[in-house]
Amino acid sequence: MRNRLPAGLAPAVLAVGALAIVVLPLVGLVQRAPWSTLGRDLRAHDAFTALRLSVVTSLGALGVSVLFGVPLAWVLARRVFPGRALVRALVTLPMVLPPVVGGIALLYAFGRQGFAGRILYDVTGWRFVFNTSGAILAETFVAMPFLIVTAESAFRSMDRRAEEAAATLGARPAYRFRRVTLPAVAPALAAGGALTWARALGEFGATITFAGNFSGTTQTTPLLVYLDIESGNEATALALSLVLLAVSLVVLVGLRDRWIGKV
Amino acid sequence: MTLAAAIGLTLGNLDLDLELDVDGTAVVAVVGPNGAGKTTLLRALAGLLRIDRGRVAINGTVVEDPAARLRLPPEGRDVGVVFQEHRLFSHLSALENVAFGLRASGTPKAEARAKAMEWLEQVGLPDVARLRATQLSGGQAQRVALARALATEPAVLLLDEPLAAVDAAARAELRHLLRSELRRCPGARLIVTHDPIEAAALADRLVVLEDGQITQEGPLVEVTARPRSQWVASMVGLNLLCGVAENFRVRLPNGAVITVADECKGETFAAIRPNAVSLQRHRPDGSPRNVWPGEAGDLHVAGDRARIRVDGPVPLIAEVTPAAVAELRLAEGGCIWAAVKATDIETYPC
Repeated sequence: MRNRLPAGLAPAVLAVGALAIVVLPLVGLVQRAPWSTLGRDLRAHDAFTALRLSVVTSLGALGVSVLFGVPLAWVLARRVFPGRALVRALVTLPMVLPPVVGGIALLYAFGRQGFAGRILYDVTGWRFVFNTSGAILAETFVAMPFLIVTAESAFRSMDRRAEEAAATLGARPAYRFRRVTLPAVAPALAAGGALTWARALGEFGATITFAGNFSGTTQTTPLLVYLDIESGNEATALALSLVLLAVSLVVLVGLRDRWIGKV
Repeated sequence: MTLAAAIGLTLGNLDLDLELDVDGTAVVAVVGPNGAGKTTLLRALAGLLRIDRGRVAINGTVVEDPAARLRLPPEGRDVGVVFQEHRLFSHLSALENVAFGLRASGTPKAEARAKAMEWLEQVGLPDVARLRATQLSGGQAQRVALARALATEPAVLLLDEPLAAVDAAARAELRHLLRSELRRCPGARLIVTHDPIEAAALADRLVVLEDGQITQEGPLVEVTARPRSQWVASMVGLNLLCGVAENFRVRLPNGAVITVADECKGETFAAIRPNAVSLQRHRPDGSPRNVWPGEAGDLHVAGDRARIRVDGPVPLIAEVTPAAVAELRLAEGGCIWAAVKATDIETYPC
C-alpha cells in the first residue's frame, strides 16, 4: 500500500496557490504604502488633479454608457432583427480586446485624422484627442460592455407577464418601461453600472493611446500612477494605487449580494 | 358594452377559428379541454396576441383587422384582464397596484389612490392596502388583481381561469366574490375556464371551445342539458350517443338501435343520465325495450354513488348504489346487461 494524501488535500494546496497569486500583490501594495504621508501625497497637485479628473471621466463614461448602452441592451433583448447575434458579439468585443488596441482603433476612427474624427472636426471644430472628452470616450469604449451585458440579461430574463398586465391596464410603452420594466431590472442595472464605473475608473491602455497623457485634461489616476512609478515618484504612485484598490473593494462589497453572496 | 370578434389565428398546433359575440347582458364562459385555445382566444381579444384573420370590435369600434392593417395594442383597447396567476406588480403595494391603471391614464395620484381604496374595500381587502404584492396570500392577490382590472372600468372584462391558481380554501370565497362583481360590472364579461363548476357558478351563457372551434354555445341550462360534444357530456356527466333516427329509433354507426320516446328523424343526439341506466347480471324480462349486453369496466365509487363503464354495442356510464355494486359483484367485471327506459332518453337533432 502506498501512502496517499488525504482526499481533498491536493485541490486545497492548489487553491492556496491561486489565492497567493491574487492576494500577495495586494499585501505588497499595502505593506509598502506610505501610510504616514498618505494624506499629503494625495493632496499633491498632480495627484489631486488626476483623482478629480478620474472622478469626472469615469462618471462621464458611466453616464454615456447608461444613455446609449441601456437602450441598446433593451433592443438586443427585446427586438428581433437580422444581424442581432453579430451586434451582440461586436458590443462585447471590447471586454476581451486589449485596451491598447482599442485605443489605436479609436484613434483611427475618432482621431483628428480618423475617418469620423476628421468630419467631426471639419464640421464642428470638435476633437476628442488630447481632450477630456477623449478620455471619457476611451473609458466608455472599454467599460460600456459591462453595462450592456448585465442590462441585456436583465431585460431578457425579467418576468414579461407584468409588462403584459400593465398594457392591459392602459399603460403606454414609456409608462410601462418607467413603472414596471425599470423597477424590475433596477438591481441588475445598479450592479452593471457599478462594474462599468469601476472598469472606467481603472482604464489605462485605451485612454493613454487615444486621449494622451496631459495633466488636468486626460491624465487620469492610472496614467499618473504609471508615470510616477516610471519617474521614481513611488510614494504618490502607491498612495493613488491604494485609493484605486479601496474603490474597487467598496464596489465589490456593494455588489456582494450579486457576485460574492450567491453560491 | 359589446365585444364582437371573428378570429383566425394559428399558433403552434392550434388553429383558432371562431366567431364570438358578447354583450353586456350575460356573463359568458368559454369552456373547453386543455389546449382547446381558450387562453389564446383571450390573449387575442386583449391584444396580447396578433390575429391572422378576422376582426375584433369593442363597442362597435374595430380594434383589430389584419386585412385593413389595423391593430390597436392592449393599452389602446378598453379591456381589463384578470390573469390566472394574478400578475401583480411585486414592487408596488396592493393599493398602488389597483391605482396603476388610473395613474396610467393620467388620473392625479391622490384621486387614483382614493378610488383604488374604494375598490379594495369593494373586494373586501381594505386592510392590505399597504402590503406589497409579495406579502399577500394567493386568494388576496387574486382579489387585488380583480380590483385592479375593475378599477379602470373596462368595456370588456376578460378573466383567464381566475380561480385555478388559488388554493381550495380560498376558492369558494373568491368564486362568490367573482360572481357578485361579475353581476355588477357593466361591461362585456368573458371568463375562460376548464372547470364546469366554475362556469356554472359564474356564467349565464356557455361557449364550448374544442380544438380551436366553437362546438356549442347557448344558455347554461341548455348546454348542460343538451350537450353536443363528448367533452361537454362528460363534463356534465351525461352519456351522449349520436346516430340516425327514423321514427322512434336511433341507429348508431355500429348498428345498435336505441328506442326513444320522441319521434325524430335524421342525425340525432341521444343523452342518457347515468342514474337512468339500470344493471342486471341476467337479461331482464318485461317492459324496458332498451336492453344491451356489455362488459363491466372501470368502477369508481364516490360516497353513496358508484359509476361504472359498460362497454358494449351501446357504450354507457351507469350510476348505481354501492349496494348494487356488491350485489351484482360489479368489481369482478364480466358480462352485464344495461337497461334504459325510452322515456329517460333525451333526443335532439345533431
